[in-house]
Amino acid sequence: MGLRARENPLAALAALAGLLIAASIALIFFYVPTDADQGFSQRIFYIHVPVALTAYACFGWGAWKALRHLWKREPGADLESYVAIHQGVIFGVLTLATGSLWAKISWGHWWLWSESQLVLFLVLFLFYGAYFMLRYSVEPGPARANMCAVYALFGVVLIPISFLAIRLANQLIHPVVFTLQGPQMAGSMFLTFCVSLAAWLTLAATLFHVELAGKRIDSRLRELKELLA
Amino acid sequence: MILGVTTAEKYVAAAYGIAFLVVLVYVLIIALKLGRLERELDDLTWRVRERREAEAEREQREEVPVG
Repeated sequence: MGLRARENPLAALAALAGLLIAASIALIFFYVPTDADQGFSQRIFYIHVPVALTAYACFGWGAWKALRHLWKREPGADLESYVAIHQGVIFGVLTLATGSLWAKISWGHWWLWSESQLVLFLVLFLFYGAYFMLRYSVEPGPARANMCAVYALFGVVLIPISFLAIRLANQLIHPVVFTLQGPQMAGSMFLTFCVSLAAWLTLAATLFHVELAGKRIDSRLRELKELLA
Repeated sequence: MILGVTTAEKYVAAAYGIAFLVVLVYVLIIALKLGRLERELDDLTWRVRERREAEAEREQREEVPVG
């Protein structure tokens, strides 16, 4: 098993993601107690928050790779940054969808424009959505890679603002469960949340490597085609 | 409540269902892309083989003694 994992780390990562997702689903529906305040709908928390944090992690990773591209001229960093941002946008869609469902059942609204946390996440999502418009409107080459890297770095500034928005604003209904005093939830809830977060992060890492491998094969095939033409 | 399913349960099911669906669609797109890459690789392999066969034929033709 250990040897196989060393030979094919991506398969091992995918297996780990599957295992963690199964464990998190089991914990969410068979172990964690129902919240006294919100009831059964609070179970959306175990998918919404980990998915949102995964989206932040993807955008952060994309920005880090963009920095590596600009700073160290690391080969392939531009492609890695692009794939990470693509993943971030997918997890962003999931965050908005699950958040909207939770908002409807908890607050009675699908969306609230008065909520700065929601609006800032939407701004972050749209900012990174526009990244693809920039990328596909410029001819491939070093200029495009540099432009995209600078854009990805600008976007990362929005992450701490989006994260801190619910802590800085005064009149909010969006719940704050992670404070300076630690997580404001029972131990079993925190354990479930941690397993779910680990599951989503591992799934994102797996999908990142799968997509990256596909993109690399694609670019090598293009090179090969040009050589054979 | 319809068929013993509460509104909260419906929303929770929808949230998890959407997540499952998005991941499924993503995997499907990747699978389609892999299919395209495989076809392109087949095409390139065929082209290289054709070229090699043509070269071998040419070499063979050159080697044949005349007269």
